[in-house]
Amino acid sequence: MSNMISYEQKNTPIHKLSGLTKLVFFILWCLTSALTFDTRILILMIIIGVVIYWIADVKWKQVSGVFWAIMFFMVINLVCIFFFSPYEGCKIYDSRTDILHLFGNYTLTKQQLFYEFNVFIKYFTVIPSVFIFLVTTDPSELASSLNGIGVPYSISYALEITLRYIPDIQDEYHKIKNAQEARGIEMSSKGRLFDRIKNTAAIIFPLLFSTMERIDVVSNAMELRGFGKKKKRTWYSQRPLVAADKAVIVFSVAFFAITMIITYMDGNRFYNPFL
Amino acid sequence: MVTDTPIIEFSDVSFKYHAQKEPTLKNINLKIYPGEKILIAGQSGSGKSTLAHCLNALIPCSFTGDMSGTLRVCGKEPAKLGVFGMSQKVGTVLQDTDGQFIALTVAEDLAFALENDEVPRDEMIAKVAEVSDKLELTNFLGSAPGALSGGQKQRVSLGGVMACDVKILLFDEPLANLDPATGKRTISLIDDIMHDEDMTVVIIEHRLEDVLYKDVDRVVLMDGGRIVADMHPDELLCSDLLVDNGIREPLYISALKAAGVKISPDTHPQHIETMDISPYKDAVHSWYHEAKFEHVGRETENLLEVKNLKYRYDESRQVIDDVSFEIKKGELVSLVGKNGAGKSTLASLICGFNKQDEGTILFAGEDIADLSIAQRGEKIGYVMQSPNQMISKPMIFDEVSLGLVTRGVPEAEIKERVNEILKICGLYPFRNWPVSALSFGQKKRVSIASILVMKPELLILDEPTAGQDYKHYTEIMEFIRDIRRQMPITIVMITHDMHLMLEYTDRTLVLTDGKLIMNATPAEVLTDNKVCDKAYLKRTSLYDLAMKCGIEDASEFAARFIEDERRRK
Repeated sequence: MSNMISYEQKNTPIHKLSGLTKLVFFILWCLTSALTFDTRILILMIIIGVVIYWIADVKWKQVSGVFWAIMFFMVINLVCIFFFSPYEGCKIYDSRTDILHLFGNYTLTKQQLFYEFNVFIKYFTVIPSVFIFLVTTDPSELASSLNGIGVPYSISYALEITLRYIPDIQDEYHKIKNAQEARGIEMSSKGRLFDRIKNTAAIIFPLLFSTMERIDVVSNAMELRGFGKKKKRTWYSQRPLVAADKAVIVFSVAFFAITMIITYMDGNRFYNPFL
Repeated sequence: MVTDTPIIEFSDVSFKYHAQKEPTLKNINLKIYPGEKILIAGQSGSGKSTLAHCLNALIPCSFTGDMSGTLRVCGKEPAKLGVFGMSQKVGTVLQDTDGQFIALTVAEDLAFALENDEVPRDEMIAKVAEVSDKLELTNFLGSAPGALSGGQKQRVSLGGVMACDVKILLFDEPLANLDPATGKRTISLIDDIMHDEDMTVVIIEHRLEDVLYKDVDRVVLMDGGRIVADMHPDELLCSDLLVDNGIREPLYISALKAAGVKISPDTHPQHIETMDISPYKDAVHSWYHEAKFEHVGRETENLLEVKNLKYRYDESRQVIDDVSFEIKKGELVSLVGKNGAGKSTLASLICGFNKQDEGTILFAGEDIADLSIAQRGEKIGYVMQSPNQMISKPMIFDEVSLGLVTRGVPEAEIKERVNEILKICGLYPFRNWPVSALSFGQKKRVSIASILVMKPELLILDEPTAGQDYKHYTEIMEFIRDIRRQMPITIVMITHDMHLMLEYTDRTLVLTDGKLIMNATPAEVLTDNKVCDKAYLKRTSLYDLAMKCGIEDASEFAARFIEDERRRK
């Protein structure tokens, strides 16, 4: 579990890009996906996404857990859209072609199916880019990138230090859990759910206290070494932008601009095959 | 090298924390000259850490209080420069190397202070390369903290402050978390660095013998907020000031004193290797032959039998490799070895936190393979290193009774058993107190009491004295000894502390790379050169003393001395 969705050092072209480049690409990519409902653009984005995913050499094992969690929420999302607004598609595409009457006021229409299909593929335009971004970006480089685009360094460093301590805290959690189990506090699936929730406190409190102790030491150590002294700081892990970075940034901006033009050319953000 | 202008000068400095009534530092006068190496020793509460905090300006900038007198460091007043300003002059290396390791990789951590100082990236890279070269860290620049040994982490901490071109290095208990051999290497490293870089070094430490492994110019001994001695180690070791102020003397000095010798400074007692022992030889010899010594063989039955135990987390490394040993009822056994040798893994196999791949564990003759963690917990108690890792209830009584409550023991019986244990552990007067009102040592007792209440036959203690000074160490160990007198209990202790092993334990198991390389009395282990080297232990200085006096059986000599010391306590 410990290395799920975490940075892994590799030597692919994607890994070599600077964190700033990947951040810009990621933000613009998600923005495009959020704004457009143009099916042609969404499908193109899925294709590009899969290709990059393949180049970045992401291992399925690293991301599968999160993938299934997203799938779960996606299904809930699609079902809810249908139940709360079964004729959303008809409104959007301004036409109605019934397929099947289900019950009461619910009738399945081609327009609704097509609308939900668009929502469905939107998920798949974003998912690979999230995975690629998290798995190929060095957290400290990410912190420096965030700082580079104007996020205050205290906030970007807080992010870095969180990532630095996740393995330590996981370790500590397992140690404490073992010791409490030895005292008879049942944490395995054998115990009843309510007892397990109650017993979690026996782990959380010691974990909290030992973490507090650590925070004290770390913040003193940081102060002793000049953290927070100046308004700005430089970053050892920052990578200067190379030609590839510039190319990707130009591509991202251009891609965003072009897709927006195509999307909004006809006055709304939906591609309408029914007219 | 030593010039007339002090680099650090305390003139009549007193300091009182706002939260306290009494001043912690009282009229401190101290001069330290460029190029000196000063050891500041004292028990907890002596004011040594407060003194150190004055140097890096954490006092009065982060810990507020009333300060009087004047302090100058490099001609400046720390209070005016602030913590940041002082970080350019005094590099502080903390006791907790894990806490000091802030960044995600070695290189970034070395650069941390430079980043904060807005040093351009190119300069930073050059500086990191230079520092890592000096400290032999070049091959680890990309490593995460989790992948480093304790000694390597310490070198990173040192490198992190050296990157700022500081003039003074301040070490706050540098040896506390290191195995003995690594500690020794750290002391050598400090010595090399200060000579190569022309620095002044201040070391705060109570493990005197380990620091004196390399020459120290002066020892400043503190007690009750005052400086009680400021002298050359040769002179200090001849006096009784150390013992009177709660600091442990080097063992060879204690042994010489036990033999009735009056040590004089001109025999240079600072290092046993170079000390002139000839005037004392006869006295030591006659003491050795007169010392009463009985070999007490414990012929009781086995409580724990471990046979051919094998375990690995993944394919890469055999963490426990064919380990077999027995532990007899009533024994106190120490389990030693360097960090990562498999000590904790062995303990977790015995407790059932992990399952062995091969081999058997017999407890009182029965195979415990099928018992769950909780079931084993009734027979085998496990106490973690820090009490904060175990305590989950706000009140002492509730904390100690937790193990019984979860097992559904009737209330009346719980009350009786908890009270009984609280009395044994000296906690009965505090039974209705909140845990937060206790000192660290008392919390430790609570965490041990909460395990003892389940009446385990075997108790495993993970580094019970780590990070504790001599006074608290003695307090904890005497407490454990006391429990043994009152209850029939067998104890296994994981430890780095050679003194603890020699002084309190009956037998020692030495683990190296997952293999059990020795199973013998502590005196035998600590006088065996080969084993000490392999397991990163530090050979006891009693061995050197015995050799220098021409006593061939060094382990016998060590055993007799410890026996003699125990009797006199």
